Amino acid sequence: MSNQQIKFYQTGTLTVGNRLLDKAQRSVQATPDRSNSLDSGHRACQGCGEALGARFAIDAAMRATGNKLIAANATGCLEVFTTPYPESAWRIPWIHSLFGNAPAVATGVAAALKAKGKTDVRVIAQGGDGGTTDIGFGCLSGMFDRNDDVLYICYDNQAYMNTGVQRSSATPPGARTATTMPVGPEPGNDMGTGKFLPVIAMAHGIPYVATASVHDLHDLEHKVTKAMGMRGSRYIQILVPCPLGWGLATHETIKAARLAVECGLWPLFEAENGQITNARKIRRGIPVTEYLKIQKRFAHLMKKGAEERVGMIQAIADENIRKFGLTVHGA
Amino acid sequence: MLKQMDGSLAVARAVALCRPEVIGAYPITPQTHIVEGIGEMVKAGELENCEFINVESEFAALGVCIGASATGARTYTATASQGLLYMAEAVYNASGLGLPIVMTIGNRSIGAPINIWNDHTDAMSMRDAGWIQLYVETNQKAVDVHIQAFRLAELLSCPVMVCMDGFILTHAYERIDVPEQEQVDRFLPSFEPVQALDPDSPMSIGAMVGPEAFTEVRYLAHHKQLRALELIPAINEEFKNIFGRDSGGLIKTYRAEDAETIVVAMGSVIGTIKDVVDELREEGVKIGVLAIRSFRPFPASCLREALRDAKRIIVIEKSFALGMGGIVSTNLRTALGNSTTPICSVVAGLGGRAITRRSLHNLFRKARKDELRGTYFLDLDCAVVKRELAREREKRRSGSTAENILKDVGVVDAANPF
Repeated sequence: MSNQQIKFYQTGTLTVGNRLLDKAQRSVQATPDRSNSLDSGHRACQGCGEALGARFAIDAAMRATGNKLIAANATGCLEVFTTPYPESAWRIPWIHSLFGNAPAVATGVAAALKAKGKTDVRVIAQGGDGGTTDIGFGCLSGMFDRNDDVLYICYDNQAYMNTGVQRSSATPPGARTATTMPVGPEPGNDMGTGKFLPVIAMAHGIPYVATASVHDLHDLEHKVTKAMGMRGSRYIQILVPCPLGWGLATHETIKAARLAVECGLWPLFEAENGQITNARKIRRGIPVTEYLKIQKRFAHLMKKGAEERVGMIQAIADENIRKFGLTVHGA
Repeated sequence: MLKQMDGSLAVARAVALCRPEVIGAYPITPQTHIVEGIGEMVKAGELENCEFINVESEFAALGVCIGASATGARTYTATASQGLLYMAEAVYNASGLGLPIVMTIGNRSIGAPINIWNDHTDAMSMRDAGWIQLYVETNQKAVDVHIQAFRLAELLSCPVMVCMDGFILTHAYERIDVPEQEQVDRFLPSFEPVQALDPDSPMSIGAMVGPEAFTEVRYLAHHKQLRALELIPAINEEFKNIFGRDSGGLIKTYRAEDAETIVVAMGSVIGTIKDVVDELREEGVKIGVLAIRSFRPFPASCLREALRDAKRIIVIEKSFALGMGGIVSTNLRTALGNSTTPICSVVAGLGGRAITRRSLHNLFRKARKDELRGTYFLDLDCAVVKRELAREREKRRSGSTAENILKDVGVVDAANPF
């Protein structure tokens, strides 16, 4: 593919089409009055998908709420790279408590706002996949169960990146991490069932669940905006490639996110009250190897003898395409 | 207004009078009645603008309180034992973030073996977590100290634990003088946070702090505790002026002025000790009592002053540090510095074992004969311990120690255990 094509995808439809779109449809980032909630100067790595995802998500939420937003943040990269005292990259009211209790802290913030009658101020909780799918899972499920008025955003980079790339329950099968090394007869992460939290969130019957990816930031903004238009518990899981943890070139973050969607490993969908309402069709399907081969965490699967395991990953992608109905009709 | 009620409901009423705005509720024995009581009042509409959140764990309960307190709401929760341990990480965080949360501990032992009855092991596990720890002797004091706790917490921006003995106080029905709302309102102004999450004035709370500032942050937390040493008596004075009762303070002595022997303790056992002291005083024994009410901060100079003329000190404590000895006595030794007054640590009442007047009489008799040394375990069944140690030496057996002990003391039939 040409460089031009990558450029198009990197910025998505938002920049190329921005001038041609109605003002209301333009990206929040394209407007001069954006809140810039996550300010520049933070210490994220080059090419960090999470920093990009967080900036777009929070700015979109800020616009949707008229800048009346409070964020609770789990421990993780996002917390560490944005708030080394005495600096803070956050221009919104922001609280970090613990790794495992961001949903509960957000519940407390929402409860306090309700008790004080400040119904116009809204709450976001955010964390990585480890803080969300593992250690914070109990608190998150409790928050969903009570249907507390919080949007929880999980920035999913598929491992514990902050501590040096260890396996989380969101680590995909076959991936190398510091605790699932590419050695032995079945190298990399176990081909287990894993946890796909968006579906678990749906099972709680909460008002809104969505997946997003940093390769389509317009879609991400749209989903965050939609979520902030609702009350009750809402959940968005954003795929945010980590160049360090995935073994990616720093300029390939967006490409990796796009390929994950196009091969079917990262289905993009929305669900309301436990029912899927919208799934993004894959216009140009690709085999999973296109996605795997650009990442060092899957390098061992690109060797001879690993075909069966690559086949198992392909089967997961195929099952996603079937289950979420991602095939363009007639294609 | 005088009312007959159990300790938990009395605390629930007291907390309700403080106009809390957010309550995190999770049940654990013997704390359950407190959140049940508040829940009932919230549901009945007796509390204005109060959010009662039924959470999924103690870890979440304190998480909710952290979020709410950081948003400027007056916040309360209650727990005990395993629950306190389960929220341990958040306990440290609440104080580190300077959040004035008030939490009742219905003091209870910690397993294994699982045991739901009273001792102080739970709160002691959090003694260095940066919370103020206030111990109460009676349910009336539990009521009064809770009202003072909110005042103290909010003045200091520091969380406060009110520790009341599980069952002995929480489940005991007593006549309580329930304060009037108007009195409480006069004593406790609405919460004005020093920091709050507010879109009109954004701030980051809970930033990462590196080696260049962490020591200073911890020092300031220590300084806050030292400031509480002045505030606790001052708040108690103010409380007395409005409510007519002395209920707080750092320490309280009883018949200690000319005492040669002073018995130091915390919590409900003070009542029993006072009875025994009264009996001994009639026999002419010069003995007195010192109740420690604030364990954190530890009132070192008050204790030095109050124990200056004692010839011997007996500390009765419902917890101990395994492999070390009594915790309160260790703190006391440090507080007394170079003093040569002998201090005996008496570990008593673990897992709810009754501390009887008879046992205390025997204990004080031994003490007067200077037969107590180091750490002493009140009413320890030495025969059982010796038998179990011998059994361990002879052959390693399967089955738990507790099970063997129950067989040995005849609670279960050794031949047909169940």
